[in-house]
Amino acid sequence: MTAAAPVAAAAPAIRVRGIEKSFADVHVLRGVDLDVTQGSIFALLGSNGAGKTTLVNILSTLLKADAGAATVQGFDVAADAGDVRRSISLTGQFAAVDEVLTGRENLALVARLRHLKDPGRIADDLLARFSLSEAGDRRAATYSGGMRRRLDIAMSLIGDPPVIFLDEPTTGLDPQARIEVWQTVKALADGGTTVLLTTQYLDEAEQLADRIAILHEGVIIRSGTLAELKRLLPAAKVEYVEKQPRLEEVFLALVGDPARGGATAAEPTRKESR
Amino acid sequence: MTTHVLSDTRVLTARSLTHIVRSPDTIITTAVTPIVLMLLFVYVFGGAIDTGSTESYIDYMLPGILLITIASGVAYTAYRLFLDLQGGIFQRFQSMPIARSSVLWGHVLTSLVANLVSVAIVVGVAFVMGFRTGASVGAWFAVIGILVLFTLALTWIAVIAGLSAKTVDGASAFSYPLIFLPFVSSAFVPTDSMPGPVAWFAENQPVTSIVDTTRALFAGEPVGADIWVALAWLVGIMAVAFGFAMRIYRRRAS
Ligand SMILES: Nc1ncnc2c1ncn2[C@@H]1O[C@H](COP(=O)(O)OP(=O)(O)OP(=O)(O)O)[C@@H](O)[C@H]1O
Ligand SMILES: [Mg+2]
Repeated sequence: MTAAAPVAAAAPAIRVRGIEKSFADVHVLRGVDLDVTQGSIFALLGSNGAGKTTLVNILSTLLKADAGAATVQGFDVAADAGDVRRSISLTGQFAAVDEVLTGRENLALVARLRHLKDPGRIADDLLARFSLSEAGDRRAATYSGGMRRRLDIAMSLIGDPPVIFLDEPTTGLDPQARIEVWQTVKALADGGTTVLLTTQYLDEAEQLADRIAILHEGVIIRSGTLAELKRLLPAAKVEYVEKQPRLEEVFLALVGDPARGGATAAEPTRKESR
Repeated sequence: MTTHVLSDTRVLTARSLTHIVRSPDTIITTAVTPIVLMLLFVYVFGGAIDTGSTESYIDYMLPGILLITIASGVAYTAYRLFLDLQGGIFQRFQSMPIARSSVLWGHVLTSLVANLVSVAIVVGVAFVMGFRTGASVGAWFAVIGILVLFTLALTWIAVIAGLSAKTVDGASAFSYPLIFLPFVSSAFVPTDSMPGPVAWFAENQPVTSIVDTTRALFAGEPVGADIWVALAWLVGIMAVAFGFAMRIYRRRAS
């Protein structure tokens, strides 16, 4: 739609070029390229094991890439790791909270480690914002999965970093909690924060993302806005003339039907029968 | 970032001390085994052991018991570090703009505090059981200094174990040989009562010099050259373990 933006309008918040990473003999990332615009929400889609977490870990300085380069807010993730860490927050795939500490103590801990004034007030504000005030003085070990995830995300917002990585932020949440997380993410982006999230839920990407990229077999096979991706499939299929293709169909057509064992990207034109 | 090493270390030490305060059983457990050993040796075996000196057996064995206390206590340090790595909180810390080494120092200082508390409990029980010392204040400080060095040296070994373990059990398994080392030393029986090769090992392993030094300090006797041998061992082990731990940490953290 809004034709290709001029390349140098604004430096991208995240810029990834030719990133490669192998574990032992598994070549997980084989040359990933992507750009994330300042203040936008970028969704990275991929099947289990596609390498989403690996990419997020490289961008958040936890892993070193074998080849390629990436910058976050203009800082190189390998050479200027300290500056990158000052610019980001990571909410990993598995909730990273201290189970022995209470919710309030967890938040205050992060506030102290970010050298902020008045950690207690910061903690109280976030507890209220994430509907955790009542549970604030209970140990995180007693929290439900959804509460733990909310605490985890709240911990990542402390210090207002300009870039936030969310690795499968809503996995395991009930619909209500998912919608709350979505609202938080939208509010972050409205406030100018750049959000890169990974997800397996295609409706999540549809709901939230300004741009979507599909990571498959180590490379980004397609990226664009939702509308652009939808246009990759013929709008009207014989059986479903009245219905637009859903992102899920686009995704499955591109990565191959998992039931058939991760075939190569099927060309939209030779979409298989049903 | 380096300017924050101290404050970050303080915050992270407070965090893991909170863990200990909330599960004090780790300190109790650490103290129980040495206390049971002490009861066994003093009231069961002690009568049959000839130490060749006039001091009471509990005075003779306490230094070795204190080393066993520390050797079993550092297993919890490896365990706590391992849990942090497993739980993802380590990754959160690593992705934050905090001084990198403070994550380890927080665990190391916590280990020091926890072990000194366990040692204090064991010494308290020893006093009740009849332990007596003529040590001067200076000698007490020397004993504390040696135990602090011993704790730090073993703690850095524990950090290696915690960072490289694949399972919870693996994280603490390293401590078993350390716990048994005092048994093959001058801690419980004089080394000249042992058969040749064993006696040679016992004479030349670090525990014997540390035990002999501590025993002399408690007895108010001159420590002789033993203290230098002991210090050389302690500083050497600490330096090597620290170097290895930092290398593994850097690899793990990148
Ligand atoms: N530390 C590691 N050592 C060895 N292999 C690894 C390591 N980390 C990831 N892998 C492998 O790399 C591949 C990609 O893993 P990654 O966790 O990045 O996938 P993902 O897209 O996040 O998957 P999921 O949706 O299941 O979270 C997998 O095959 C995984 O087994
Ligand atoms: Mg993942």
